[in-house]
Amino acid sequence: MSVQGNSILTVNNIEVIYNHVILVLKGVSLDVPEGKIVALLGANGAGKTTTLKAVSNLLRAERGDVTKGSIEFKGKRVDKMTPPELVKQGVIQVMEGRHCFAHLTVEENLLTGAYTRKVSRAEIRRDLERVYAYFPRLKERRNSQAGYTSGGEQQMTAIGRALMAHPSMILLDEPSMGLAPQLVEEIFEIVRDLNQKEKVSFLLAEQNTNVALRYADFGYILENGRVVMDGKAADLATNEDVKEFYLGISSGARKSFRDAKHYRRRKRWLA
Amino acid sequence: MLFFIEVLIGGLLAGVMYSLVAMGFVLIYKASGVLNFAQGSMVLFAALSFVSILAMGAPFWLALVLTLAIMVLLGVVIEKVVLRRLVNQPQITLFMATIGLSILIEGLGQMIWGSQVHGLDLGINDIPFNFYGVFISQFDLFAAGCAAVLVAGLSLFFHKTKIGRALRAVADDHQAAMSVGIPLKHVWAVVWAAAGFVALVAGLLWGSRLGVQFALTLVVLKALPVLILGGFTSIPGAIIGGLIIGATEKLAEVYIGPYFGGGIENWFPYVLALAFLLIRPDGLFGEKHIERV
Repeated sequence: MSVQGNSILTVNNIEVIYNHVILVLKGVSLDVPEGKIVALLGANGAGKTTTLKAVSNLLRAERGDVTKGSIEFKGKRVDKMTPPELVKQGVIQVMEGRHCFAHLTVEENLLTGAYTRKVSRAEIRRDLERVYAYFPRLKERRNSQAGYTSGGEQQMTAIGRALMAHPSMILLDEPSMGLAPQLVEEIFEIVRDLNQKEKVSFLLAEQNTNVALRYADFGYILENGRVVMDGKAADLATNEDVKEFYLGISSGARKSFRDAKHYRRRKRWLA
Repeated sequence: MLFFIEVLIGGLLAGVMYSLVAMGFVLIYKASGVLNFAQGSMVLFAALSFVSILAMGAPFWLALVLTLAIMVLLGVVIEKVVLRRLVNQPQITLFMATIGLSILIEGLGQMIWGSQVHGLDLGINDIPFNFYGVFISQFDLFAAGCAAVLVAGLSLFFHKTKIGRALRAVADDHQAAMSVGIPLKHVWAVVWAAAGFVALVAGLLWGSRLGVQFALTLVVLKALPVLILGGFTSIPGAIIGGLIIGATEKLAEVYIGPYFGGGIENWFPYVLALAFLLIRPDGLFGEKHIERV
């Protein structure tokens, strides 16, 4: 993919090994242009989450290690930074499965997002209101324990919490997980809003290829720890292979069993 | 009736002493989900340090400040040397580590300060005073006052400060806390330092009651039923649990004891705790395990 404008995040040929033996990423390179939304697509186990965690450096806690390659954020090497340092630099991850602090109220959850910032109470207050403006529902639930809120509200809390850190880049892992289609649209609308109004760049990992490609500017498709395809989101959405393998749309009528072979062959070519 | 009230008040005040020890457990359990077996050793270590510094001729306040500094330092060292290497390990591993720590701290304390029994006089009379016919121990009242101040302080700390909120966040979800940029190492150092401070207060009060000696580490055993009753995650719970344990054990001793030939004070709290586990495993005030289905 040709880089358009400045890239805010550059992942250069990284290899990730878990527990010193399990090779999960086999040379992944990608590029997030400043102010854009980039989707990272692929099936279970393709390496989406690992890629995000390699960037946010949450890998180390899971005994994963970036053994080759480099990661640059705003032109600076960040692959040896701790998560708190990265958050201060402006990169924050919203983990898969929300991971709200269940016993803290929604508002307390949001406040923890501002932990790394040394600013006045008044400013934190302003930021809270800003988050509530994007997620009016959270304002209603501000005093409920996060563990007792709905899945959608938890996802909003998790994104809002990240927002409190004033990031310039959010790594969003599987925001659609376990949510009703309507809510998924709602969340993605907000992501687009944040992208346009707050100028936050997004790298989002998603299984829901259809929604992700509609909202993203660029897409990368991962398979078995490798990037097998990339391009503008609109181009990917119309690509025959993507349509068939990831969107479940095939050109012809119903496929017969004989075509399964063909499918395998083409998949292999992809990988 | 007067006798009943006297026993009750005596029990409640004795319970506060248990609560003081239980609070140290709650602090560390809240922030790391680990039952810190070394809390008893920390109580002994704090009391020993204080008495020894006092014996060197330091005035009371200086000794207090120095001991506090030692306890905070101890907390920070524990985090650096032990806990940091055990991030994301199963909790049983952490628990085993605290058992090791417990033995180490006990040994260290007696190696540095010696193992003879010291007396400790906080300058509070242990003469009971007469309150409308009920005799109340002044010392116990003082201890209750200390506990009240500690609880109020810790509650404010946990709920109103940024670092307190971070502590609770870490307790809920290590990974998520890391992802928003909360540095686990600072948080744990703070919490162990705070537990050291609580151990100091407990050590001084228990030390002046029992004498500063090895047996101080055993007071933690009485903290266990308190924790089960009050809940491992609640500081007010530790107080209420302590009050209930203290009151029931004294009342049971006086009113039920004779039927068993006496001495039931020593095991009654554990029976109570066991019964409680069957009915309310989270304790009276513990955080409910939130599970979404």
